[in-house]
Amino acid sequence: MTTSTPVIEGWFTTGEEPRLLASRCTACSNVVFPPVSGEAGAAAFFCRNPACDGEEHATVELSRRGTVWSYTDAQYQPPAPYLSLSDPYEPFALAAVELPEGLVILGQVAQGYGVADLRVGSEVELVVETLNVDETGERTIYRWKPVAA
Amino acid sequence: MSTVAIAGVGMHPWGKWGRNFTEYGVHAARAALKDAGIAWSDVDLVVGGETVRNGYAGYVAGSTFAQALGWNGARIATSYAACATGAQAIDTARARIMAGLCEVALVVGADTTPKGFLAPNAGERWSDPDWLRFRLLGMTNPAYFALYARRRMDLYGATSEDFAQVKVKNARHGLANPNARFRKEATVEDVLASPVVSDPLHLLDICATSDGAAAVVLCSVEYARKHGIANPVRVAAVSTVTPTFPNTVIDMPLLSTDSSAVVGVPERTFKEAIGQAAYEEAGIGPEDVDVAEVYDLSTALELDWIEDLQLCKRGEAEVLLRAGDTTLGGRIPVNPSGGLACFGEAVPAQAIAQVCELTWQLRGQATGRQVEGARVGITANQGLFGHGSSVLLSV
Repeated sequence: MTTSTPVIEGWFTTGEEPRLLASRCTACSNVVFPPVSGEAGAAAFFCRNPACDGEEHATVELSRRGTVWSYTDAQYQPPAPYLSLSDPYEPFALAAVELPEGLVILGQVAQGYGVADLRVGSEVELVVETLNVDETGERTIYRWKPVAA
Repeated sequence: MSTVAIAGVGMHPWGKWGRNFTEYGVHAARAALKDAGIAWSDVDLVVGGETVRNGYAGYVAGSTFAQALGWNGARIATSYAACATGAQAIDTARARIMAGLCEVALVVGADTTPKGFLAPNAGERWSDPDWLRFRLLGMTNPAYFALYARRRMDLYGATSEDFAQVKVKNARHGLANPNARFRKEATVEDVLASPVVSDPLHLLDICATSDGAAAVVLCSVEYARKHGIANPVRVAAVSTVTPTFPNTVIDMPLLSTDSSAVVGVPERTFKEAIGQAAYEEAGIGPEDVDVAEVYDLSTALELDWIEDLQLCKRGEAEVLLRAGDTTLGGRIPVNPSGGLACFGEAVPAQAIAQVCELTWQLRGQATGRQVEGARVGITANQGLFGHGSSVLLSV
């Protein structure tokens, strides 16, 4: 039996309609992604709004759909610590996506889609796919999937 | 306050020499002192641009260069500001001269760089965005450059041929530059025939990493006059401003922008603010600029910078390029040195190299690449983590 777990904890939900998770300041409601990490060595939450001295946050889900701010691909295998799922290496696309919450988030583009499927301003939605496989099984990551017009 | 003059400039040629960065730095420093006609014993401040890839000596670069030149009792400082390192080092020296705390300052940046993609340091760091962008997304530096390039195509109708034309122009500019690493003409066909690294950017659209060094000797205008430099190039402004929240343009190595939901989109992007602060400090405007040295990490980024520096309206840089306005002999030549296209990036030296080039331009000494009658020049670059700089020089 294979298991499937997010490659990084607390960044996105899984299931039929996955969503990114963000940290929202409890004082001014400014939203940041990636969410504040509990990892050792990570800074505590300090709100990035210079007019706010908030230090507490709540976890919120972001909109699942957004519009493409820009896009590209990686035609050469990126250096470590990137782990390629395939050998030989298969290029993948990347997109920066603007969400209704007012921020732009980078992600890989869903498998089977390339730059020809994207335009600045076109609509995409969040999916979760396998990034790599390790001793625990498949490790998943969020990706942007073009929405058929 | 004193006006700060550039008494001397010097460089070590860019290349892949495989030597210790200190050797390049001392070579550039001695060239700048010789150019200034000022003795090393008269320098009372050394500011080094830190290199993060050369061990402890690189972390204390000011000390490393001062010791290599022979301890002379000068005070030292070391600056790190990613690609803006050199400008921040110049700013530190300038401030002490303006405050009357220093007479002659030597600013040096030098680097020895590895081949290929700039990759993060080794180890697992799940809270470091520079590590996470590679681990989770495979997001290289050229991929960020490609995002900006693609926006120009989809929004303003830029073409791959336009980007290639920037390379063609800069390659031609750098042909006669003795400090340039790549001195070879390129054609649009060469660029388009080179492999695509990150769509739409080809290998020849993207700058290499190089070894190299640059140095400047700074002093007050009064000190320069006393030493026989009647009309020195002056430092009119050094801008090292940081972004203003919210930073709404995605910046290397981050995975997201700030949200604009709470306070709205700011009046200027970070890159626009860098140049604007320089203009305001100097009390001049973009219409006064004769020549610009900007950070062409990719060909398309040069076009972004032309607009960020307000040398034309947003979305019109390709019009300038196609008309030959940014070529030597045109209305506003950009990167007469050949730019990063001909140099490759030597991070702590690069912002100083921009200042060296503009100094030669404003003195009329840029043999084979001179912008005729240039009196005002501006530099621009942006680095990681909110670092960036713009230096305005005038004569």
